[in-house]
Amino acid sequence: MEFEQNLRVCQHCQHHHRLTAQIRIDWTFDENSFVEHDTGLSSVDPLSFPDYGKKLEQMQAKGETHDSVLSGTATIEGLRVSTAVCDFAFIGGSMGSVAGEKITRALERGIDLRCPVVIFCASGGARMQEGLLSLMQMAKTTGAVERCRAEGIPYIAVFTDPTMAGVLASYASVADVIIAEPKALVGFAGLRVSKQAGVGKVPDDFQTAEYVLKHGMIDRIVSRKELRATLAGLVRTLGGHLLHSEAGA
Amino acid sequence: MAKDIAKTHKEWEKPLLELEDTIAKLREAARREADPVKQANYIEKAETYQEQCNRYVKLMYSNLGDWEKVLVARAEKRPYTLDYIQSIFNGFIELQGDRNGFNDNAIVGGPAEFNGRPVIVLGHQKGRNIQDRQMRNFGMAKPEGYRKAIRLFEMAERFRMPVISFVDTPAADPGVESESRGISEAIAAAMLKMFQLTVPTVSVIIGEGGSGGAIGIAVSNRVLMLEHAVYSVIPPEGCAAILWRAPERAPEAAEALQITAKSALSLGIIDEIVSEPEGAAHRDPAGASDLIKEAVVRHLNELLKLSPAELHADRHAKFRKLGKFAELL
Repeated sequence: MEFEQNLRVCQHCQHHHRLTAQIRIDWTFDENSFVEHDTGLSSVDPLSFPDYGKKLEQMQAKGETHDSVLSGTATIEGLRVSTAVCDFAFIGGSMGSVAGEKITRALERGIDLRCPVVIFCASGGARMQEGLLSLMQMAKTTGAVERCRAEGIPYIAVFTDPTMAGVLASYASVADVIIAEPKALVGFAGLRVSKQAGVGKVPDDFQTAEYVLKHGMIDRIVSRKELRATLAGLVRTLGGHLLHSEAGA
Repeated sequence: MAKDIAKTHKEWEKPLLELEDTIAKLREAARREADPVKQANYIEKAETYQEQCNRYVKLMYSNLGDWEKVLVARAEKRPYTLDYIQSIFNGFIELQGDRNGFNDNAIVGGPAEFNGRPVIVLGHQKGRNIQDRQMRNFGMAKPEGYRKAIRLFEMAERFRMPVISFVDTPAADPGVESESRGISEAIAAAMLKMFQLTVPTVSVIIGEGGSGGAIGIAVSNRVLMLEHAVYSVIPPEGCAAILWRAPERAPEAAEALQITAKSALSLGIIDEIVSEPEGAAHRDPAGASDLIKEAVVRHLNELLKLSPAELHADRHAKFRKLGKFAELL
């Protein structure tokens, strides 16, 4: 109970445990403000990849119907946002066609509704079971970020544990503002590959939120307790021009 | 069973290489032979072997399996970006550096003339001998490579030059240095920049289209792929390691991943397969260059009919529709 009250952060070591997408939404946005969109999307097995179809069936049988991303709209301290939240529990949060489509639609919804976009990343990378189609989601989502930029729609990314590979090397890294949770794993290549190919020895804090902050790749590390207020502040300031330009809403 | 499968192109082509070696020896013997009867005999033998060799080449390359395509795409003798730049473009001037402290030799590029028109050409570059390979980091680009590419894209936009990119990389560099300088951000930023362009862009996958390292410079209006090139979200070895904890099962993984040009075309990811000469590009680099040039000219001419705004919108629309899923409304 105490652990839950502390937002699943260990009171002794401050370790931020992983959250499901639904809990993340509950703890981030105003109560009952989240409206899920894109609910009809589901993964297919376009390459008839070994065991993939079976895996998808298993996940769906467990009631895991939203694939590795939940997308929709919500409010945070009364301010409207479009959002997408990765779910690491669904095949490692991997980005296949459905995840790519939901991230893209979340960004586009920001443009349509003239509101900021907040995306929570938690993914091992592209979903290899969908082959090249997954690789193309990197381009597709990045294209949507470019359209947000052109339209003056602020986009804030939160790197949670882990934010890796094809997700880090696409929409995640080109957000206007990047926040990470403490100690989140953030990196391009799996640690084993890096070590194997590495020129020198791997630093102790290699591929952590602290490491990428030190190297200038993210803006801030924010503890879970302060995340909501930080996000609301960014939405309010970066999205301020949207509120003023639009009457009503 | 895996033992019988070749691991390198050289190994796979061994019977051919031996035959070619024999032919070369016979021709040399013929050249040195003073006795015209013996000489004619050598030449006849050489020709018989040559015919046999030609039949082998045709047979071996006419129906390549997925793993064999991987081997051919990685072949040491396969033409690389600079080979095509030299054969297809005029007056190439290489530009270097990311203006941020580093230069990458795994991505090369600069202005050149293509079919009588100024363009920006760039691509991954692999090395052919040991020193070269190290200097080019095996074609694995670091952040500075993608940042150099961004510089070139921006220049193309300023001076209204079409962009032609050649893709040939096993992957982006996964080392500590690259990680510390933000390889992920560099790749994402390069894709974002390509989406912003309002000039025509054409990419050609000429060898290995290795995952994020490849797409970083391949977000173009038209994406072409050589017949024996491969394009993949993960190297087959890596996929086999994850799936079965057995990198040696890479040939199976190659099939599962559907990495051939034919698959990429049927998934709608590339626009055209550019045929290679018989026996693949490395047996006839000039022929391969001609085929690439013809295809790029054709696509570029179509794109040049579009306005800057249309080119921008066309590229966004092209990638926006990629993906396969079910949707219940």
